Amino acid sequence: MTQLALVIDLNVCVGCHACVTSCKEWNTSGSAGYLTDENPYEKDPTGTFFNRVQSFEIGEYPKTETVHFPKSCLHCEDPPCVPVCPTGASYKRLEDGIVLVDFDKCIGCRYCSWACPYGAREIDEQQKVMKKCTLCVDRLYDESLPESERKPACVLACPTSARLFGDVHDPESVVSVAIREEGGYALMPEWGTKPANHYLPRRKIRKPIHEDELQRADNPLNKEQRKPRAPVDEPTLDDSTSW
Amino acid sequence: MAVVHDPLKAPKGCIEVKNTTCYMCACRCGIRVTLRDGEVRYIEGNPDHPLNNGVICAKGASGIMKQYSPARLTKPLRRKEGADRGDAEFEVISWSETFEIMEERLKHIRATDPKKFALFTGRDQMQALTGMFAKQFGTPNYAAHGGFCSVNMAAGMIYTIGGSFWEFGGPDLERAKLFIMIGTAEDHHSNPLKIELAKFKRQGGRFITINPIRTGYSAIADEWVPIKPGTDGALILALIHELIKTGLYDRDFLVQYTNAAELVSTDQASDDEGLFVRTDIPRDPDCFDPQDKVWWDIKNDKAVAAREENADPYLLGEFTMADGRLVKPAFQLLKERVESYSPDWAAEVTGISVETIKRLAYEMGITARDEKIELPIAWTDVWGKDHDTVTGNPVAFHAMRGLAAHSNGFHSIRALSILMTVLGTIDRPGGFRHKAPFPRPIPPCAKPPKSEDDVKVNTPLNGMPLGWPASPEDLFVDDNGEPIRIDKAFSWEYPLAAHGLMHNVITNAWRQDPYPIDTLLIFMANMAWNSSMNTSEVRKMLNDKDEQGNYKIPFIIVCDAFQSEMVAYADLVLPDTTYLERHDVMSMLDRPISEFEGPVDSVRIPVMPPKGECKPFQEVLIELASRLKLPAFTNDDGSRKFNDYPDFIVNYETEPGSGIGFLAGWRGADGEEFMKGEPNPNQWEMYEKNNCVYQYEMPKSFQYMRNWNRGYLNWAQEHRLLRYAEPINIHLYSEVLQKFKLAAQGKTEGRQPPEKLRKRIEQYFDPLPFYYEPLETQLTDKQEFPLNAVTQRPMAMYHSWDSQNAWLRQIHTYNYLYVNPKTAQAKGVEDEGWMWVESMHGKVRCLCRYSEAVEPGTVWTWNAIGKSKGAWRLSGDANESEKGFLLNHLIAEQLPNHELGENISNSDPVTGQAGWYDVRVKIYPADPEEEKSSWPQFKPMPALPGTGNIKKCIGYFAGLFTKDSPEKSDKGAGE
Repeated sequence: MTQLALVIDLNVCVGCHACVTSCKEWNTSGSAGYLTDENPYEKDPTGTFFNRVQSFEIGEYPKTETVHFPKSCLHCEDPPCVPVCPTGASYKRLEDGIVLVDFDKCIGCRYCSWACPYGAREIDEQQKVMKKCTLCVDRLYDESLPESERKPACVLACPTSARLFGDVHDPESVVSVAIREEGGYALMPEWGTKPANHYLPRRKIRKPIHEDELQRADNPLNKEQRKPRAPVDEPTLDDSTSW
Repeated sequence: MAVVHDPLKAPKGCIEVKNTTCYMCACRCGIRVTLRDGEVRYIEGNPDHPLNNGVICAKGASGIMKQYSPARLTKPLRRKEGADRGDAEFEVISWSETFEIMEERLKHIRATDPKKFALFTGRDQMQALTGMFAKQFGTPNYAAHGGFCSVNMAAGMIYTIGGSFWEFGGPDLERAKLFIMIGTAEDHHSNPLKIELAKFKRQGGRFITINPIRTGYSAIADEWVPIKPGTDGALILALIHELIKTGLYDRDFLVQYTNAAELVSTDQASDDEGLFVRTDIPRDPDCFDPQDKVWWDIKNDKAVAAREENADPYLLGEFTMADGRLVKPAFQLLKERVESYSPDWAAEVTGISVETIKRLAYEMGITARDEKIELPIAWTDVWGKDHDTVTGNPVAFHAMRGLAAHSNGFHSIRALSILMTVLGTIDRPGGFRHKAPFPRPIPPCAKPPKSEDDVKVNTPLNGMPLGWPASPEDLFVDDNGEPIRIDKAFSWEYPLAAHGLMHNVITNAWRQDPYPIDTLLIFMANMAWNSSMNTSEVRKMLNDKDEQGNYKIPFIIVCDAFQSEMVAYADLVLPDTTYLERHDVMSMLDRPISEFEGPVDSVRIPVMPPKGECKPFQEVLIELASRLKLPAFTNDDGSRKFNDYPDFIVNYETEPGSGIGFLAGWRGADGEEFMKGEPNPNQWEMYEKNNCVYQYEMPKSFQYMRNWNRGYLNWAQEHRLLRYAEPINIHLYSEVLQKFKLAAQGKTEGRQPPEKLRKRIEQYFDPLPFYYEPLETQLTDKQEFPLNAVTQRPMAMYHSWDSQNAWLRQIHTYNYLYVNPKTAQAKGVEDEGWMWVESMHGKVRCLCRYSEAVEPGTVWTWNAIGKSKGAWRLSGDANESEKGFLLNHLIAEQLPNHELGENISNSDPVTGQAGWYDVRVKIYPADPEEEKSSWPQFKPMPALPGTGNIKKCIGYFAGLFTKDSPEKSDKGAGE
């Protein structure tokens, strides 16, 4: 069974927010749209976004890491938001594992957002319905798009290609390989939600210096030893020998 | 509002897809714009574009909210009679009246004193046209924003290696093994660098960042090396010290491709002290850098002509020429220069440990030496020697504003260029690579005018408004050695001011120093806010009147797409279009989007009609130039030569029949030529069919070592990228700078600086880089103002223009001052608490945010998030003005009074680069009784006529947005 998901590589995410606004622009005019913005030009602007980046610091100066952490619905394999929905609006698609909300059935009761341990759901205050990441399901099967573009908008936008997309149930998919080989992990596994989305950790590259690398026979400084030229007018054997 | 709930069903509507080029920042990515029923449905990266390969940034993906911003100006406006500048009280006028006003005024200026017209532009990407307009008009008073951005980077590197970072070249991360980024550089070449950085990390490259702050790209570095702001030069000089001391330099590269082995006369008494010894080989008069220098050959232990076959020179030592002159190789002088710049010395200055400095040097040197790349690419050098391979030393660097925006930046960047050279990384795989039309001769051939005689009424300027002086004779000064330009660029105060000094234009014009001007035309630069130093005072100057009640700057025209803070100070407002509504070119005559592999240029083609009466600034210039009958825009019979901007782009040639125009692609009558060829009437259509981009990929053998690559240089000469096909040897030692120094010492017969500036020129025109404390720091009481204050650029709002964007302002709504907790706690400043930050020029109240990602001697904030109340059509209580702030209020455009007086720019003494990052501050908590808002505050700007209404709520849905709730674009709330 297919389970589509994102794998987000924190080793290359620079926190540029390209995924955040690409998601917004695709989805506000797409099948999940519109995505409301309140007070767009006034105090405390706030709007519906399916994807946000949180930035935080770890450690004390100077051993500080700055982490950019993109967050959206994790499309859990056992999503707690689904069974709590009183109208059946929250559902998980059998064919690809995407968790969606049927807006026609949603009554905006927010049970799902209380049930979601990841805070991934967003109530649209204007439309009074719950919204969330759809993995751009309205791109994935759109045959008018070239196959290479049947991917979520965030994945296509990401300048550092930090967002991998594929079927985590297919062991050969790019996402499964990354999870397996690069230390991919799920968020808060203790909740038993089995998030489909995974994250790849930071990996450090170091360069050890060996002492012998600083002492080389081919050191170019050796060329610069100018030998004093022997003076021509001082005594030599030429002056005294007679063989 | 219709909403589609079937998750797979696409909303109905008429879909159109068009390609153009982004303009949300200066990156110039290819974009694909989808329209639905005439409204923008989606803006995505064009996957077939060489610059961004389909990716896009946060700003680029928010273009919809730029297009439909209520802050857009839609009609020409004139300041109301009796209203003060800054009050922003305007009346709508017609374009025909607007043009009549401008034509009459400019015609008079051109016929009387063309200098009195000043044209200064922001990050406009059309400097080839704006510069040409100024030259044709005859005014020298033109520049774009480079002087207050990164001219130190351009000049420091171009005067050393003939190319620079950003449009001109960059790190080859595809093949580098070690990448070092110094200072904030996220803002230049944003998407391409992000793409490359990720690939680099994925293939196991090691990334070191040297920066007082760990944000931006530094977040994903393998190692963060915090450094005190403004001390980069000290670190780099210590790295060079250590590399020379340990022999970790690329000797072969230095010998053949730089002036390291060339002998310099060291006789202090002589007039040629510090100049290269030259042979008497007859010089080619058409040559920019004659190959007549001398080496000291090891084998024969005597002076020989440089690069003589089989010669192998000493790089170190002291020698006596046959005529008794004492001489040293340039590299020996470099070694002596860095002798005192030991890691121990630099540790004190930079705050980086001795061990770290040494380790950085070893990592660089060992990686360069031991991880060499040999590409199987045969090439021939300019001296005729064949090479079977191209060698690369895979250590790459990138730096930009963090190094540049200090008054010691030129020499820091010269030092960086020399570090990159010593490691043997210039235009080689894995190091730094040029992009066409670079490399240029050192310095490039374009020169500014030379004297007052070059400015004549009703006549084009003799010379380029901006250029690259090679000696004091190229300065633009009067007979007394005083400045001729309003910004004093190319004077003895800022001799190598290759991009002008936009940051001093308003102050100088207000003070009428060196003379009063009449009309100031500002395009897309927010000089009444985040683009000015000393913002509060500059706003007063813009509105200041003399005793007769006349404005000190008599007439100000502002062209902008939005009601920015600057628009409030205009007498005449020209509503510009957005990037989606205009033709535009990223021209080879300006700063194209070339790749390492060859020249690339691109265009914008409108994807939708202009809103209201918006007119692209390009069209305004073509119309004005035609009305003023500027020669390049006028036929011999006096009629106008070009109908409009697209017509101009296709048919303009730099000289009649030159075949060189704004666009390089599809030239020639049938579009089969490139770079050079007669105008092609279908050129726009050909760009349109080809993703709006023209890319030429050179043969592999032309893609490296271009400073010395015979194939490339001949090709570049043939295609008119270069006048000369001569080697562009690296100026490790800068004879150009030494010529200015000798003039200051009175050792030359030509132009010499005015007495008061002799010492300054002698000190700062040093042929070898040196470290000095930034000028403002030298003049600051560091006990009282112990901290450095700098800005960083948020990736979601780079560049800063039109950052009122409804989506982006939800990411950065206001800014904090980020302070190390230990620093803040020592002053009693609380996390999230209101605080004061004060320099010797002013103070600002702002919110504090503790951060462990900043070195304790530095405080910082995001650039240009704070806004003036009401500007950009934000409400008076918007967070940007209530809680956001500008650091600019703390930064002066002039240095404090010192031995040179009080009117010396707060700039690099070599290039005039604005010293944004030199300010020193102190911090203290705000009193709990004080207002909980940022300070200073300004009178709210009313909504201008023609701007839109702001709504409590929007739900953007393409195809229905303006139809569902029609924007009353003809009625601003101000009417």
